[in-house]
Amino acid sequence: MDQPPAADGQGADVVIETRGLAKQYRGTLAVDGLDLQVPRGSVFGFLGPNGSGKTTTIRMLMGLIEPTAGSARVLGRPMPRSTRSVLPKVGALIEGPALYGFLSGQDNLIRIDAADPTADPRTRKARVGSALDRVGLTAAARKKAKAYSLGMKQRLGLASALLQPRELLVLDEPTNGLDPQGMREIRALVRELAGDGTTVFLSSHLLDEIEQVCSHAAVMARGRLITQGPVADLSAGTRGRLAVTTPDPARATEVLAGHGVTDLVTDPHTGEVTGELPAEPPDLAELNAALVAAGVRVRGFGVQRASLEDAFVALTGEGFDVAG
Amino acid sequence: MSRAETTAGPGLQDGEQGQPLVGRQDSGRERLPAPPAPRAGRAVWTLGLFGSELLIVFRRVRTLALLAVLAGVPLLVGIAVRIETRDGSSVGGGDGGGPAFLEQISNNGLFLAFASLAATLPFFLPMAIGVVAGDAVAGEASTGTLRYLLVAPAGRTRLLLAKYASVLTFCVAATLVVVLSAVVVGFSLFPVGDVTLLSGNTVSLSDGILRGLLIALLVASSLIGLAALGLFISTLTDSGIGAMAATVGLLITIQIVNNIPQLHALQPYLFPHYWLSFADVMRAPVIWDGIVKNLALQALYAAVFGSAAWARFTTRDITS
Ligand SMILES: Nc1ncnc2c1ncn2[C@@H]1O[C@H](COP(=O)(O)OP(=O)(O)OP(=O)(O)O)[C@@H](O)[C@H]1O
Ligand SMILES: [Mg+2]
Repeated sequence: MDQPPAADGQGADVVIETRGLAKQYRGTLAVDGLDLQVPRGSVFGFLGPNGSGKTTTIRMLMGLIEPTAGSARVLGRPMPRSTRSVLPKVGALIEGPALYGFLSGQDNLIRIDAADPTADPRTRKARVGSALDRVGLTAAARKKAKAYSLGMKQRLGLASALLQPRELLVLDEPTNGLDPQGMREIRALVRELAGDGTTVFLSSHLLDEIEQVCSHAAVMARGRLITQGPVADLSAGTRGRLAVTTPDPARATEVLAGHGVTDLVTDPHTGEVTGELPAEPPDLAELNAALVAAGVRVRGFGVQRASLEDAFVALTGEGFDVAG
Repeated sequence: MSRAETTAGPGLQDGEQGQPLVGRQDSGRERLPAPPAPRAGRAVWTLGLFGSELLIVFRRVRTLALLAVLAGVPLLVGIAVRIETRDGSSVGGGDGGGPAFLEQISNNGLFLAFASLAATLPFFLPMAIGVVAGDAVAGEASTGTLRYLLVAPAGRTRLLLAKYASVLTFCVAATLVVVLSAVVVGFSLFPVGDVTLLSGNTVSLSDGILRGLLIALLVASSLIGLAALGLFISTLTDSGIGAMAATVGLLITIQIVNNIPQLHALQPYLFPHYWLSFADVMRAPVIWDGIVKNLALQALYAAVFGSAAWARFTTRDITS
């Protein structure tokens, strides 16, 4: 049943690969024609607004749901056919943690570990202990899981993904519900795991989180993949905006427009004027001198570096409403 | 840097404790065939999964409450009979549905076990089984733990088998709880001695106890069909409560249909139809006809609904 890893060399450096992957729930097309490539050793951020199909994609990759069309390969093997051989090497947190409330945190992990065919029962206690330690739950290990706080549950979920050394970690919104300290710890943990050579596939809404830890990212919207690639390339795609802080916004807008700056917006509260520089930008020093020469009093002047957030909004649109 | 060094604790799990780490290359690990190849490992793992299932079933407060209720039935029956027969009179008219075990209790405490099984088999026992079987898959789906078991990966077929085995174990445990409670209560409240069978002959107490064990086994086996039916219903929904209610509701409906004389054409195909055949063990010679029919019907239900549960569970989308 299981096929050997792809011999074409692709399997070696691509950990997740999908071709035309699609999933239709009764009415909605949750994922549509997804071509995803996650390089080995990367920390891959999977971005998208609510309802854009991130969790649905992850469920297909983990063999929990059958794609309507297309194919997915994880660690070089087709899913969901090879769950038996692939999933022991994958740790996953899918749509939040799920626990047996009447069991202690420790017993929850023992239960999940007992379901893994490759987990050695002789080392179970030790591995459970070190997983709890890694997420900082040792002190609450014997407490009933129903008495856990949201963040503690999230940590326990993470611990279950760390019961064995993994080649791939799939984490669906891992910092959801964590306190700032916990978020930092998770980021440190992700970096540490990545340093050990584990590929981390991480879905999130928190853009600065992705920007801080991810080497690559993909952006989804309405079930479609909008872009994917190294994080640096993604934010570079959006040009920076010129920002001028001045008590004379009207005059400044006139001057800037005269120098080819487009999409000029004045913030009514701060009086800051921002705009898009032309494709061949003028010398910024000259531009500033021109402003001053025209009698504009300049308090601040500079180009704001495009953040991933700008890139994200530019790609997925400003609208706050989820896609129906 | 070798990966085994960086993951010191868990690195032990490949059984490489004594092996020097030097000389192992990072990529060497990936090229190794999957480690748990031997069949013995698989068997151990399957048993481990089954053991884990048993813990999940029996550590739940709900399960213990069900067993406590079942243990209470013989106690109530025993006390009622004791009060009724204090003045030496006998319990009147044992025609209340089950076989005539009730009036014998005051002569022989062992009959409390048979009377209790006859009293609990129509509803109490199967309701307990319905709750546990109905919750087996759907309960895990509603709490979301099912997805973590499946990505562990437990394997859908194996998980279903482990679940069915644990429900069957619960059938045995529930029956034994009734029997043991009845034996303790019966032996402490009533005299115990030679056993008068339904056919009128008398056998020794040890023969009576052996027949009692056979009856317990038959009662537990009578629940096999319902267990499969409950497991099938459990694979249909993501609501544990819904699956439990549906299974118990179906049980009650079928028991009612089983008692409507006009529907007798249907009745031989209903899983509870031959349940009370266990009483035939208390005859000499034993009449096997009804017992065999009961076991065959249970096997049929187990095959049909077991396959249906498998077909459903192995193909279904886990979206909870
Ligand atoms: N079980 C289901 N049945 C029907 N539709 C579903 C189901 N699960 C998800 N959907 C739909 O599929 C789409 C994608 O959902 P999905 O959960 O993958 O989004 P997501 O990107 O993970 O969102 P979020 O950021 O909120 O977690 C949504 O439109 C959702 O309504
Ligand atoms: Mg999601």
